Amino acid sequence: MHSAEATRDSMLKKRDDLEDILEDRRRSSDLRYALRCYTPALYRGLTPCGAQQLKGLVLQSDQLRYVVQQVCKETGAPSEEVQAEAVAILEEMAHRLQLGTIRFFAFVLSKIFKTLFRNISVNEEGIQRLQQAILDHPVVLLPSHRSYMDFLLMSYILYTYDLALPVIAAGMDFMGMKLVGEMLRMSGAFFIRRSFGGDRLYWAVFSQYVQTMLRIGFAPVEFFLEGTRSRTSKSLTPKLGLLNIVMDPFLKGEVFDISLVPVSISYERILEESLYARELLGVPKPKESTSGLFKARKVLSEDYGSIHVYFGQPVSVRSLAEGRVNRGQFNLIPRHIPRRPGDDVHGFVKDSAYRLVRAQEENMVLKPWVLIASLLLQNQNQDQDRDPGVPLEQLTQQAVWLRDLSRQCGAFLHWPDHASPAEVVSSSLSLHRGLVRVSEGRVRLALQQGQSSSRRTADELLDRAVVLLSCASYRNQLMHVFVRLALLASAVHNASSSKKNDVFSSFSFLRNMFSNEFILCPGATVQDFEEACYLLVKTGVLLISQQEVLVTDAGRRTVAFLSGLLDPFLQGYQVVCRFLCEDAADALTEKRFVPAVRSFIIKHLLSGRLRHTEVLSSDLQKNALAALLRLGAVGRVRGCPTLQINRVLVNSLEDALGETRPPLCKTSRFLPGSSERWSLLQEGSSPRRRPPPLASDPEPAPCDP
Amino acid sequence: MAANSSGGGSSDRQRTARQRLSVIAGHLQRPADGDVAVLAAECKAQEADVSGEEKTVPRRRQEIMKWNGWGYSDSRFLFNKKGQAEFTGKRYRLSGMIIPGLKDWFESTFGASLQHKTPATPILNSSAVPPPTLNEALVEELKSTSIPFSHDAEDRVFRAHGHCLHEIFALREGKLGRVPDMVVWPNCHNDVVKIVELACKHNVCLIPYGGGTSVSSALECPREETRSIVSLDTSQMNRILWIDEKNLTAHVEAGIVGQDLERLLNESGYCTGHEPDSMEFSSLGGWVATRASGMKKNIYGNIEDLVVHVKMVTPRGVIEKSCQGPRMSTGPDIHHFIMGSEGTLGVVTEVTMKIRPMPEYQKYGSVVFPNFEQGVACLREVAKQRCAPASIRLMDNEQFKFGHALKPQVSSIFTSFLDGLKKFYITKFKGFDPNHLCVATLLFEGDRERVLQHEKQVYDIAAKFGGLAAGEDNGQRGYMLTFVIAYLRDLGMDYYVIGESFETSVPWDRVLDICRNVKARIVRECKDKGVQFPPLSTCRVTQTYDAGACVYFYFAFNYRGLSDPVHVYEQVEHAAREEILANGGSLSHHHGVGKLRKEWMRETVSDVGIGMLKSVKDYVDPNNIFGNRNLL
Ligand SMILES: Cc1cc2nc3c(=O)[nH]c(=O)nc-3n(C[C@H](O)[C@H](O)[C@H](O)COP(=O)(O)OP(=O)(O)OC[C@H]3O[C@@H](n4cnc5c(N)ncnc54)[C@H](O)[C@@H]3O)c2cc1C
Repeated sequence: MHSAEATRDSMLKKRDDLEDILEDRRRSSDLRYALRCYTPALYRGLTPCGAQQLKGLVLQSDQLRYVVQQVCKETGAPSEEVQAEAVAILEEMAHRLQLGTIRFFAFVLSKIFKTLFRNISVNEEGIQRLQQAILDHPVVLLPSHRSYMDFLLMSYILYTYDLALPVIAAGMDFMGMKLVGEMLRMSGAFFIRRSFGGDRLYWAVFSQYVQTMLRIGFAPVEFFLEGTRSRTSKSLTPKLGLLNIVMDPFLKGEVFDISLVPVSISYERILEESLYARELLGVPKPKESTSGLFKARKVLSEDYGSIHVYFGQPVSVRSLAEGRVNRGQFNLIPRHIPRRPGDDVHGFVKDSAYRLVRAQEENMVLKPWVLIASLLLQNQNQDQDRDPGVPLEQLTQQAVWLRDLSRQCGAFLHWPDHASPAEVVSSSLSLHRGLVRVSEGRVRLALQQGQSSSRRTADELLDRAVVLLSCASYRNQLMHVFVRLALLASAVHNASSSKKNDVFSSFSFLRNMFSNEFILCPGATVQDFEEACYLLVKTGVLLISQQEVLVTDAGRRTVAFLSGLLDPFLQGYQVVCRFLCEDAADALTEKRFVPAVRSFIIKHLLSGRLRHTEVLSSDLQKNALAALLRLGAVGRVRGCPTLQINRVLVNSLEDALGETRPPLCKTSRFLPGSSERWSLLQEGSSPRRRPPPLASDPEPAPCDP
Repeated sequence: MAANSSGGGSSDRQRTARQRLSVIAGHLQRPADGDVAVLAAECKAQEADVSGEEKTVPRRRQEIMKWNGWGYSDSRFLFNKKGQAEFTGKRYRLSGMIIPGLKDWFESTFGASLQHKTPATPILNSSAVPPPTLNEALVEELKSTSIPFSHDAEDRVFRAHGHCLHEIFALREGKLGRVPDMVVWPNCHNDVVKIVELACKHNVCLIPYGGGTSVSSALECPREETRSIVSLDTSQMNRILWIDEKNLTAHVEAGIVGQDLERLLNESGYCTGHEPDSMEFSSLGGWVATRASGMKKNIYGNIEDLVVHVKMVTPRGVIEKSCQGPRMSTGPDIHHFIMGSEGTLGVVTEVTMKIRPMPEYQKYGSVVFPNFEQGVACLREVAKQRCAPASIRLMDNEQFKFGHALKPQVSSIFTSFLDGLKKFYITKFKGFDPNHLCVATLLFEGDRERVLQHEKQVYDIAAKFGGLAAGEDNGQRGYMLTFVIAYLRDLGMDYYVIGESFETSVPWDRVLDICRNVKARIVRECKDKGVQFPPLSTCRVTQTYDAGACVYFYFAFNYRGLSDPVHVYEQVEHAAREEILANGGSLSHHHGVGKLRKEWMRETVSDVGIGMLKSVKDYVDPNNIFGNRNLL
């Protein structure tokens, strides 16, 4: 267990202190700040080179010339034509980073940030590490992605600290907004088409563009590992394409090393909060158009709390690859000839991507509200017509309990120590008053009250869902701290016995099932299990002997809370399975999947047979489908849009999930269970037996009305 | 020296040769001091008395050579009482000179200090040498031949090592590992046949010993060897048996060392042109056994191009070809089993080598480039146009600075460098950053007209890459230093600094990458391994080929504060080799594998390749008489 403990201790590592960069802005002139002398230190061997010269280097690269030749040969097109096409692609893609534009943004953003946010806190030690990294090696910045704001914010911070400005990979969606697109281009964004599947020329230009910038140390390259903004505040499964591209120069020996710097940007209140919830619910998303952005002006009048930006420890690609990749594999074919990465490289990139996203997660700053939202959601009992709410005092107590638990589990929690818990809770509640109401000393979510679920309309349901999903997005911020523990807690609940082996296999089933939902590093099942065991033993929740895993009396409350965290997901995956077995039309296409499963769910929610409104989230539904595809329960056939559903397998997965929690059709049985869970959260309440497993239920209620 | 020797019995040929040499001398002479010109070969130590029969290497090497360092006992670097570096002895051009810049360079590069000394154990303590395990029956039978042998402790210790850092470091500390139990000195091929027969008969382990310059642990006695180990010293087999002027070949005994071979051939107006940096001491047999490479291979070829016929005595008998045809299609070339066999199959006894008339004219040169990238691009272009001079070497910036630090106090041939690096570059190379510029040294050879033409061609190419001609002296000094550089390591070791060089060959498109990455790897590993001071990590491109280049790395560091510096050194070198392989470099261009690098042989030549080599070994030497355990 020694090594495992060592990794855990590093998990509980002390984080750097954070400094507010807006403080200066509030004290001194923004104009002077925008015009100040900016002289960043640059990568060692840097030959000064402009954006135009850079394009030249790309077009002359052996790699690109080779692909151009190949394309000519295969299509018979004259080489000038293909070359011209390459130039056009590059023009469409390339940034035109200009200091002037950055200065403009520095000015404007200072104004905006000061109205929107109380402060923007940055760990200066991380900045110093980054500065050193920039001097030593090509740097890739990997921020988490929760908001459109992210990349302007990043450049703003780097400008503030006199660091080299990054070039940023952005999706083409922005190009719909002419002016904004060009502004962003001039502030260092370069644009990539969302899909360019088999277009070799495009790929070659793109990869050369990025790699040339790295090789010559043009600027730090920034991109979002998650590929797109996470609408749920859970980290998204990393995309590997760009990571592959930026690692390639190291693997091929073109640079000595590359530093990957995970950056965690945490928003106390996400600007796009309700926008995301609507999107997840299928309320069509407003096109990302310039005017759309400006309509968001009302946004400006609100208080969005603080932002925390944590620059993580730079990760050396060289150390990651040590012993993992045989770099000699590139010795026998000229390096400019493009080749599909081998399995070892692919596996390596994938593992690295997960590690990096984990590193982002670990340094995400959690605010007390995140704890409160989690507690309120678990307390939320939609089936009762009126939510009685929780007494404020009780909520405060629970929050303190959860604060301590989170800290023990390594969460990076910003809980102001100088204020009393009651003050902390109240101020959180007031910042998020759009989501939560306090009246008569009781706290409840800001849901329309009145209608009982059976008489609710779909529209009302969706309105409630917006609030619930918004809250869930805060709870989700906590998930990375607890997911392994929650899987273990559910596994303990679920396993056929308390034998360690059984618990482990149940754990690994669940972990496997949810590996599209949460960031669970591939191949780390045992490690995750041990980590979860270690933490739950340390916190006195479990007793683990050689053979057995037992919940302590004092631990029941924690186990209930943890499995409660996983509940909505379990139910969501189950309902997706149920849908596929029962309701899916024979010719269900992937495109039709979300709308179809959504109406299925709405129906069940309205009829009161589903507890968690949250399962309306299309993110969850898509993840469930991805998991089923991965597990082979659903299949794709080449060239055919219809999903092939293996009903037997889907059914048995649903059953297996069902053993972890009461299946959705057992409404009557479920509710007491849920309140039991809740009662376990109350301090001092006596633990009750868990309800008998469903298989042994003498009179199963019919599933369909 | 050949140029001014007055050898007796001069034939016409010798006369012409002398004439030619004095012509060359005229070109190279510096008007100021009337010093005799220096051929590359003559940059080596000079013999006090040069007669055709005098040979450099006596049976008792200890009479002229160090037991725990490089080269001649009388030649070494030291810091004198004034703290100035000085090179002792009379053998070399640098001998007796003061090198004013060395101390500063040394102290600032390594963070070393003259106050912190680590002197070597001064004398070899014979009683510390483990007593020999003799095979009495063999000894008896040897006595009945007239072949000299010895089990004197010094003789044995001298043949227990090559010149790897760990070998020399241990000797300096007076530490002796397993040493051979006996040394034999065959006088000719037939003596070797007898010795090998006896060794087989009595099952003793034979280790051929040529010049002892191995840098691959090839001469180290395997620890696991329990039999009596006999070192077969070829140094007394050192005659040129015949010269065939019609075919331009010479038949030579394999123990001859490079400087003797060249000197003797020069007397007849010929040369082989094979000049490895170790040529003062390394032997013809050693070159064949390690696939050596000489500085002037562009004109004369590497050892494999030079060899026409080889005779090797193996436990199975003598292997040789039946004729001296210049090329054959007779299945795999058996010479290629012999070349690079590193003493694992038998003893090379006689070699027929190509010879060439001595060049009429030699000219050094140098080019300064704004940076290493440009320099490499220029070398690549030179190789592409196949117009490489006899030698062309490109040093990186650190070596360029090192070269400057080694400038002796003003003396005739160094006059153009009056005032150090700064002045040099300010006056001549405006716009070049002294921290980036690098220099290529050149050596042209041939008839005068063509040399001058060739020179122009090369300088024209260099100009295209921003290269500026930087004078002959700079070039000449560069080559001269290659013969004294090995002495410098001993100086470093007196002051806590250890180091070594290692080499590789690599395709052109990888040259820059490998140079950068290996140097950086060395720096990083040193840091990781707790080395307290930044290491010297530098490289040069020393040979060009059509499809790639040979790259040399130099690596040294100050080991103060480390408890086991040699171990750290070895870890770093190991990592550097891994880096080389990962960057598409070869396991070795010319130093060979020995025992130092054999862990990588399998991945280098594939399983089947190893199998092939094994089966040859199994057939030729089933009882592992040649048991030095190199390569496999
Ligand atoms: C300062 C320095 C500079 C060097 N420069 C060069 C260079 O420029 N180019 C280059 O190629 N190498 C160079 N080397 C490496 C070394 O000089 C060569 O490997 C050389 O060929 C070894 O010859 P040697 O006679 O000293 O052999 P040794 O060191 O005595 O032996 C080397 C190996 O060959 C075997 N061997 C020796 N003689 C025979 C024989 N007659 N028959 C069978 N096996 C035999 C030995 O058993 C041993 O395994 C240099 C080394 C040093 C220390």
